[in-house]
Amino acid sequence: MIRLFVPKDVSALAVGADRVAKALTQQAGEGVQIVRTGSRGMTWLEPMVEVETPEGRIAYGPVTPADVPGLLAAGLLSGADHPLRIGRPEDHPFMVRQTRLTFARCGIVDPLSLDDYRAHGGLEGLTKALAMGPEAVVAEVTASGLRGRGGAGFPTGIKWKTVAEATADRKYIVCNADEGDSGTFADRMVLEGDPFCLIEGMVIAGLAVGATKGFVYSRSEYPHANVTFTEALILAREAGLIGPDVLGSGRSFELELRVGAGAYVCGEETALLESLEGKRGMVRAKPPLPAHVGLFGKPTVINNLVSLASVPVILAKGAKAYADYGLGRSRGTMPIQIAGNAKYTGLFEAAFGITLGEIIETVAGGTLSGRPVKAVQCGGPLGAYFPPSLFDTAYDYEAFTARDGLIGHGGIVVFDDSVQMGAQARFAMEFCAIESCGKCTPCRIGSTRGVEVIDKIMAGTERAANMAVLEDLCQTLKYGSLCALGGFTPYPVMSAVRHFPGDFNGSGINAKVPAE
Amino acid sequence: MASKTTNLVADWDPNRAAEIISAHLGLEGPALPILHGLQAAFGCVPSEAIPMVAKALNRSRAEIHGVVTFYHDFREAPAGKTVVKLCRAEACQAVGGREAASFLLASLGIGWGETTPDGAVTVEAVYCLGLCAAAPAALVNGQPHGRLDGMSLIEAVAEETQP
Repeated sequence: MIRLFVPKDVSALAVGADRVAKALTQQAGEGVQIVRTGSRGMTWLEPMVEVETPEGRIAYGPVTPADVPGLLAAGLLSGADHPLRIGRPEDHPFMVRQTRLTFARCGIVDPLSLDDYRAHGGLEGLTKALAMGPEAVVAEVTASGLRGRGGAGFPTGIKWKTVAEATADRKYIVCNADEGDSGTFADRMVLEGDPFCLIEGMVIAGLAVGATKGFVYSRSEYPHANVTFTEALILAREAGLIGPDVLGSGRSFELELRVGAGAYVCGEETALLESLEGKRGMVRAKPPLPAHVGLFGKPTVINNLVSLASVPVILAKGAKAYADYGLGRSRGTMPIQIAGNAKYTGLFEAAFGITLGEIIETVAGGTLSGRPVKAVQCGGPLGAYFPPSLFDTAYDYEAFTARDGLIGHGGIVVFDDSVQMGAQARFAMEFCAIESCGKCTPCRIGSTRGVEVIDKIMAGTERAANMAVLEDLCQTLKYGSLCALGGFTPYPVMSAVRHFPGDFNGSGINAKVPAE
Repeated sequence: MASKTTNLVADWDPNRAAEIISAHLGLEGPALPILHGLQAAFGCVPSEAIPMVAKALNRSRAEIHGVVTFYHDFREAPAGKTVVKLCRAEACQAVGGREAASFLLASLGIGWGETTPDGAVTVEAVYCLGLCAAAPAALVNGQPHGRLDGMSLIEAVAEETQP
C-alpha cells in the first residue's frame, strides 16, 4: 500500500486541495491510500502532496488537478523527479530553520487518528503529568518559562498556581481560540491539524489546577476547524482521554467546544467569559482576575490555544528542554505566522530571539510582488507597523515592547511600497469602532473620532492642529481604555504616523505613493 | 401567533424553534448555542423567537435582544441564497483585498452587508478567516477560496450561484 498525504487544512482547501485529492483518488489506481493531514505550514506551496517512500516523505507543490496526470506519469508514487518536486519537507530551508515543538506533528499525522497521535509522541506529557501529581505539574509549567501566547505574555505557571490554590466547588479551564488577529492562524492549524494536542494540554491543565470542565471558545469564521475539533472530541471521549475517568486515573475532565459569533472583542479574556455565559461580549473590569472570579464566577484558567497546546511537549521533554530555547524572559518557541505580501507565507515556529529582519528577508523571502518592503504589521490589528529601519528588533516580548510594538499572537503581515500608511491608520481606528464592545468611552467614541481626525489630516484640513488632536486622542485611548482593543489601537496608528510621516502629508488617502 | 415580521422568515415554525431551544437547555450558558441553532434553522434569528428564548432562559427580552444585536453573525432577516464572507483585514489588504472587494461589490451593485435585489447574493465583511497566508480570502457558502483577485472572486461567486 502506497500512502499519499494531502492536507485538508482550510488554507490548502482554499487553493484546491480537495480537487487535487479527488484527481489523485481517480487516477492513482489500486493500492494507493490517501491520508488527509493538517498543513506543514508552507502555505505558499499548498496544495502540497506528499508520498511515503523508503527515503521518507517526498513533497510536491503547489499541485493543481491539471498537474496530477503528469505527476503520476513522472513517478510521483515512488518520489521521482518532477518540476514540482520539493523533496523531503524537513530538508526544505523553511523547515530546517525551525524548531518544531508545539507544531511537531502538524501536517504529518492524520489529525483524527489517536494511534497516529500516540506514535508521534502524543499523550507522553499527560502520562507524565498523571505520575507527577498536580503541584509538580504547575511547577514544571512555571519552570518552562511559558508565557501567554495570545499576546499579553503573562506567565502561564503563575495563572495555574493561582487557580490551583483557589478553593471552590467548581473550576474551569477555558481555551481562548478566538483568534481574530489578521495575519494569525496558528490556533486554527492546531484545531485542524493536531486537535488531540490541545485536548491533552487542557486535560493536563485541568488535572493540575483541579478543574473538571473545560471550554474551547473558537470562532464562527473557522467552520472547518470546528468540524475537525468536534470529531476529535468524540474520539477523545471514546478513548477515555476526556470523561469521568481520564485514562483510568479516576480523575474527571469534561471538554466542550463553543463557537463565537463574529465579535473580535471576545478574544479579550473577560469578554470571552461573558460570551460563554451567554451575554454580550462586554469587557469586565479587572480585578477580580478570572483566576479568582472567572467563568460563572468560579476560578478559571483562561489561556491562549497555543499556550495550552505547548504544555504536552513541555511535560514530555521537561521544563528545562523547553526553557533552553529563547532569549531573556521569552523562553521556548513561538509560532510566527507570515502573511500578506510575502513570498513564502506560512507558519514558522522558532525560538525567541530571531530578528525581525531575518524573518522578513530570509524566511519570508521579501515581498510576493517583488517590490521593496515598506512596513510589516506585527501582532495583529492592534500591533505596530515596523519600517525596515527597525528590522534589527529581536523577536522577543520585551524587545518589541521597547520599540513600542508587540508580538501579540505571532502574526506578521508584510506590505510592499504600494501601501498608503494613512489608509492603514484609518483602518485601525475604523476596526476599533466596528469591534468596540462599547463599555468604555475612549474606545467606543475615540475610535470614531479617530477616523474623522485622520480623514481631516489626509484631506489637508488644518493638518498640524489635527495631528496634535490625533496624538492626544491616542494617549486617551492608550491610558483610558479598559482592555487592549482601545488600549492598543494607538500602536498601529501612532507607528504609522511616526515612521511614515510622508503618508500623512495631506495629499489624500488615495494618493499614489511615489515609487522608488 | 401572527407577527409583523412573519414575511421576513418564510419558514418560521414555533414548534421547531421550541425544539431547538429545549435541546440546548442542559448546557452551561446555552444562549449562544441556541441562537446559532435558530440561525442555522431559519437563516436568521427570527424576532418571534426572542421572547421564547428569554422565557426559557429566565432573562428579559431586552437582554436577549441585546445579545442578538451585539454579535455581527446574527441576522434579523435571512441573507441571500449565496453568502460571501469576504475578508477586509490587513493581511488581505496587503495583497489586493480592497481592490478585489471593490470589484465584486461594484459588479453586484451592492455595498458591504447588502443583498442583491433578486436575493441571490449577500456580501458580508469578515475580519480574518485565518487564510492570511493564502490571501485575499473569502468563504462562499462556506467554501474557502484563497489567493483571490477581482476576477477569480467573481468566478467563485458565479460558481455557487449557478442553478
